[in-house]
Amino acid sequence: MHPHIKFRVAKSKAAEIILIVLAFFVTAPLLFIIYYIFQKGIKVINWNFLTQLPHPVGEVGGGIVNALVGSGLIVLYASIMAIPIGILCGIYLSEHKSSKLAYFSRLCVDVLQGVPSIVIGIVVYFWIVKPLHTFSAISGSVALAIMMLPIIIKSTEETLKLLPASLKEAAIALAIPYHRVITKVLLPCGISGILSGIILSVARIAGETAPLLFTAFGNPYLNTNMLKPMQSLPLLIFNYATSPYDEWHDLAWGAALILLFTVLLLNIITKLTTRKWNVQL
Amino acid sequence: MERTIIKSENFNAYFGNNHVVKNVNIEIERNKVIAVMGPSGCGKTTYLRCINRLHELIEGARCDGKMLLNGQDVYNMHPIFTRLKIGMVFQRPNPFPNLSIYDNVIAGYVLNGIKMSKADKNDIVEKSLTSAALWKEVKDSLHKKGTFLSGGQQQRLCIARAIAMEPEVLLLDEPTSALDPISTSSIEELLKELKNNFTLIIVTHNMQQAARVSDKTAFFYMGELVEYDDTKKMFTNPDDIRTQNYITGRFS
Repeated sequence: MHPHIKFRVAKSKAAEIILIVLAFFVTAPLLFIIYYIFQKGIKVINWNFLTQLPHPVGEVGGGIVNALVGSGLIVLYASIMAIPIGILCGIYLSEHKSSKLAYFSRLCVDVLQGVPSIVIGIVVYFWIVKPLHTFSAISGSVALAIMMLPIIIKSTEETLKLLPASLKEAAIALAIPYHRVITKVLLPCGISGILSGIILSVARIAGETAPLLFTAFGNPYLNTNMLKPMQSLPLLIFNYATSPYDEWHDLAWGAALILLFTVLLLNIITKLTTRKWNVQL
Repeated sequence: MERTIIKSENFNAYFGNNHVVKNVNIEIERNKVIAVMGPSGCGKTTYLRCINRLHELIEGARCDGKMLLNGQDVYNMHPIFTRLKIGMVFQRPNPFPNLSIYDNVIAGYVLNGIKMSKADKNDIVEKSLTSAALWKEVKDSLHKKGTFLSGGQQQRLCIARAIAMEPEVLLLDEPTSALDPISTSSIEELLKELKNNFTLIIVTHNMQQAARVSDKTAFFYMGELVEYDDTKKMFTNPDDIRTQNYITGRFS
């Protein structure tokens, strides 16, 4: 082979190797984290762990059912609040690309995305916890809903913007009224992007601790009343991990493992929905 | 029934300050194929989109003058009503990607929330697809997605979808410019059939196509309607020097 070409082939090979190494570096931290938490957490996970309340310090066993139920409820209520508003706002932004209101809403959404979660927690504390004179799960849901909003709005807006204009024109030219163009044509065609935005936003807030510190607060007992303080997985991890007891540290590892797998699962579901619901344009 | 179906009087269209259709006066007769030709940017597509009021959806777009459908100004009607009477086929085939072939044909009914019996639906689907010369090719795969079809078939599906609504006028915006020659000729054949039931207005910048399919031809240049006459006369003995220059290929 000509030496000139040999050099080029070698360069190309080197570039390939560098890329593989870099790609490995990106995945490595996640794999290490999963491995570490799995190793630490798996030993406490059993049926009792998932179905029992925490035992007092000194007693063996005990579970985190209060945190599982609490996390589920808080996230559920947050989703109920954030999803409709987020989708509607995303539709507005994609339909009115250059109006003044759209410009300011888009700016607000970007800023909201950057607001530290602890700040949102404090604000919700003053909005809801103080007037009601009690920490409550619903205030935690509000804080998490505020965090979900920008993710859902952005993903809805971007998804709908990617739909070709010809699609909308086809519907309008068939004398279909505007609201039906949106609900029957644009949303169904963009459903995979919108759904994956929603699931990602749930995955994102499921592990949020800071906004819940001042709102849902935590609760050692099982509570399903949204107006009372409620335990949640991230709060439980925070409280138990900072406690001085080894049994509680183990519970925290177990809870961390469950949280991690929930988030991983949600991400995998996102990938699957994108594939299953994707509309071939 | 009156012979004239669409009539423009002093019709102007603008994009912001850009005057793209200038004072157009034209009378279009029922059950004819009218070709609208002209160089790129001459306002022919904009004029077409003014007829079913799609033009006004673009930000900063406006128009004035009269656009009469059967003597009534479409700009005094509800746009939904206008678009029920005036169907449209676009440059690129755009079947609804989330709907099957079957549902695409009756999309105008289904998406409007009109309830129909299964038998009525089947009738409309078969009749429209037959009129669009697509029935034989797709009758065994009606429940596949419309986007599985080839480009030419998709375009005929879009024609079926438009004529399923039984409009009086069908607007076609360069319907074959994204298609191969075989699909193009099958669509041209189809247009000749369709004029028995509809008035067709077809925008094209393919002069041979205009000559092949149309009864009358309108020539647009720089936003003006330069000349509108029988196709035969337009291509053999046009009155205006600009038409002559365009047809002989002096500019395009």
